Amino acid sequence: MVGDHAVAEAVKLARVNVISAYPITPQTLIVERLSEMVERGELKADFIRVESEFSALASVYGAAAAGARAFTATSSHGLFYMYEMLWWAAASRLPLVMAVVTRTLGPPWNIHDEHTDILAIRDSGWIIGMASDVQEVFDMTLTAFKLSEDERVLLPVAIGLDGFILSHTTEPLYIPSQEDVDSWLPPRNPKVPYVIEPGGEPVTLGNLPRMDVYHELHRAYMDEAMDKAKNVLHEVYSEYGKLTGRYYEPLVECYRCSDAKYVAVTMGAWSGDAKVAVDELRDGGYPVGLIRIRYIRPFPDEELATYINGVRGIVVFDRDYSAGFGGVLAGELMGLVPSNVSFKGVIAGLGGVDVSPSDFRDVIVNFINDVERDGYLRVRKWWYIPSVNGGD
Amino acid sequence: MSSVSSKYVKYILSKPMMGAGGKTGTWRVHRPVIDAEKCIKCGLCWLYCPENAIDWLEDKTVAVDYDYCKGCGICSDVCPVRAITMVKEGVI
Amino acid sequence: MVTINELHKYGRTKLIMPGTAACPGCPLQLGMRYLAMALDGKFAMVIPAGCSSVIPGTAPYTAFTVPTMHVPFASSPAVASGLRRALRIRGVDGPVVVWAGDGASADIGFASLSGAAYRNEDIIYILADNEAYMNTGIQASGTTPPKAWTTTSPRGKTEGRKDVSLIMIMHNVPYVATASIAYPMDFIDKVRRAASIRGFKFIHLHAPCPPGWKFPDNYTVRVARLAVETGMWILWEYNQGKLTISPPSIPYKDKGKRKPIEEYLKLQGRFSHLTKEDIEEIKAGVDRQWDLILKLTEIYR
Repeated sequence: MVGDHAVAEAVKLARVNVISAYPITPQTLIVERLSEMVERGELKADFIRVESEFSALASVYGAAAAGARAFTATSSHGLFYMYEMLWWAAASRLPLVMAVVTRTLGPPWNIHDEHTDILAIRDSGWIIGMASDVQEVFDMTLTAFKLSEDERVLLPVAIGLDGFILSHTTEPLYIPSQEDVDSWLPPRNPKVPYVIEPGGEPVTLGNLPRMDVYHELHRAYMDEAMDKAKNVLHEVYSEYGKLTGRYYEPLVECYRCSDAKYVAVTMGAWSGDAKVAVDELRDGGYPVGLIRIRYIRPFPDEELATYINGVRGIVVFDRDYSAGFGGVLAGELMGLVPSNVSFKGVIAGLGGVDVSPSDFRDVIVNFINDVERDGYLRVRKWWYIPSVNGGD
Repeated sequence: MSSVSSKYVKYILSKPMMGAGGKTGTWRVHRPVIDAEKCIKCGLCWLYCPENAIDWLEDKTVAVDYDYCKGCGICSDVCPVRAITMVKEGVI
Repeated sequence: MVTINELHKYGRTKLIMPGTAACPGCPLQLGMRYLAMALDGKFAMVIPAGCSSVIPGTAPYTAFTVPTMHVPFASSPAVASGLRRALRIRGVDGPVVVWAGDGASADIGFASLSGAAYRNEDIIYILADNEAYMNTGIQASGTTPPKAWTTTSPRGKTEGRKDVSLIMIMHNVPYVATASIAYPMDFIDKVRRAASIRGFKFIHLHAPCPPGWKFPDNYTVRVARLAVETGMWILWEYNQGKLTISPPSIPYKDKGKRKPIEEYLKLQGRFSHLTKEDIEEIKAGVDRQWDLILKLTEIYR
C-alpha cells in the first residue's frame, strides 16, 4: 500500500467521525481514498468538501469542539494557509489528528519532498511526529488518536510522511483488525475536555481574559501537557506493541548508536538510506550509529541527551532550511551537545534532491576524517549540494 | 501547577455571569427616570434596552437595574408616551 | 407575527446578561437579545472576531448564557459547519448559529461563507451589519455604504456596497432574509422560520452603531427605523424559492410613502460632509435597489 492509503486505512480503523481536507499534491491520495471509503459505507463519517485548507482545519476544529473524532491532511502551502488556525486549534486544547505529507515551498513551484513545511509549525502547540516507512506512517497515524485524546495531553497531533517518497511508494503493510483496534481505541469521550452543544453546559471558549496572567498560565498548562505527552507516548506505544507485535522506541530511535563514537541524526524517510550507510560504514570499521527522531515535538531532550552521551562527534542531517539560520534540527540539537563534542549541521535534500546511502556515507566519513584529523569541529550549517551535470 | 485544576481555569473557559464586563452602571452620565403615572406598561422600553437592564415584571410595570444601566437613553427615545426622562447623574 | 405580549415571558429572563463591555446603545447586544428569545435560549453560537468577541466581557466570565465558541476572523462558517455535522453524528439536535459581523462575512471570511452556503450547511448565519470594522475602530468594510466616513475613507468611501444577502440567494440556499434591530418581531419571526428549515439560512441584520456612524447613543433604534422608513434598508425574505417584501417594508414599495432620505442621513455624523449631488446619487441608489428587489419578487414568486 502507498503511504497516503496507509493513512486512510488508519483513519478508517480509528472510526473517525468527521473528515475535512482540501486536496494538495502529494496528499491527494489520502483525500480520495477517504472519500471512497465514506461513499462505499466502509467508513461512517462525514466528509466535508471545503473550499480551502483554512476551512478544512476550521471545520475539523469545530467538529472536535462538538465532541467528535476528526481528521484532516495537507502539505506545504496548504499547511501554511491554515497557519492561524493551527495555533488556535492547539491552544483550544482539543484533540485532532492531521497528516502532513511533506513538500517543498515555492516559489518556484515544486511538489517534491522537503521537511521545511512540517518543521515550520513546531512552535504552534501541535505534537509533531515523522514516519520513516509506510508501516510507521500507519502506526503513527493510528496511535495519534489515542495520544491526542488522552486527558493528560489534549493537544492536536501532526504526523509527517515524506511526499512521494512515502506517500506514493508501495510497501508491505500489516494492519490490525477492526476488533483489535476497537478494544484498544475506544470512541472519543465528548466531554473531554469540554463540548459545545445546544442545550449543553453554557461554556464559552476564547473571550478575552480578565488578566493577562491567565493567558500566561494557560500556556504553562500547555507546556505541562507537552511534557506529560512524553510519558503518554511511552504508554501508548507500549500498549500498541502488545496489540500488534510492533514495538517502537517512542520518541527517538537509536540504531546501532549505543556503542557508537560518531552518530548521524535524521528524521523521516531518508533515515532508511542513512541506516544503510551506517551498516556499510560499520562493515568498514567505522564506529557509527544513527539517531532517528520520531517526534520533534515534544522535544525529546532526555532521550537525545542519553544517546549523545559519550559520543565524539554528531552530524545532523536537515532536509529543511530556516533562512538566515541553517538547519532546524541542527539548531535544536546543538544546545544539547557538550562543547567538547564535534558537531556538524548538514543541509541536504532540499527541493526533493535525492540523497542516497552513498551520499550519507560520504558526508559521515568526511566528518569523521575531519574530526580525527583536527581533533575538533563545530559547523552549524554546511550545504551538501550535488553538482549539476554539464552546468556551472 | 500540576495539581488538577478545574477545566475553567486550565483551558480559560467562561461561565455566564452578570457584569462580565464590569459594574457598568458606573458608566452612566444620565439615568433613566420612569414616571409610573404616565407609563402605559407597553413593554417597549424593556424590548429595546440593549443592556437587558430593564425588567418587565409580571404586572407589566418596568424596573431599571441601575447596577448595569449604561444610560444610553434608548428607552426614553422609544417610549410612546414619554414616560422616561434622562436625568443627569448627580442631580437630585 | 410574534407579539410583544408573547415575549412578556422573557420579561425578567437574562438570556444575555447585563453588564457587558458593549458601548451604550449597542445594536449588536440588542440583536442578540432577540436572537436568544427567538430560539428560547437553546442554541450554540460561533462568533468570529469582531465587536461580539469583546462585548461578552472577560474570561472566566461571559454575558452569553449559551455554549459559545469565539473563533478566528475568517473561520466561523467553517467551524460552524464542522460543529453542526459532528453534533448530528452524535445525535445532538439544536440550532448552530453564527453571529458574525460585516468584516467577517463580506470580507475576510467571504470564501468560508460562500463555501458553507454552497454546501448548504445546516446552520443559521446572522450577519450583524454595523457597516464597518467597528471593533478595530471604524474602518471601511465591504458593506460600508458609499460616501460614508470611516477612518480609512475619511473623505467618504468611494467603493459601493457588497450586497451579501443577494449573493447568498445565488448560492441556492433555502432561506435568506434581511432584518433590522428596530423591527424585533420581524427579526424574531425570521429566526424562528429559519430554525424550522434544514439547510443554510442567512439573515442580514441591520445594526446602526452610535460611535461608528456618529449619532447619539439614544438614537440607535430611531436610526434603524428611519433606514427602513426611507427605503434605504429593505426588509425582505427569500424562503425556498419565494421572495417577498416583509410587512414593515411593504408601505415603502410606494416611493411616495418613503420618508425623505435626508432624515436618515442628517442624523449620522458619518454623512455630514455630503453634498447635494451626493444625496441625489444616494437617492438614485435607493431607487435602483428597490427596483431590483421588486423585480426579484416577480422572478421568485
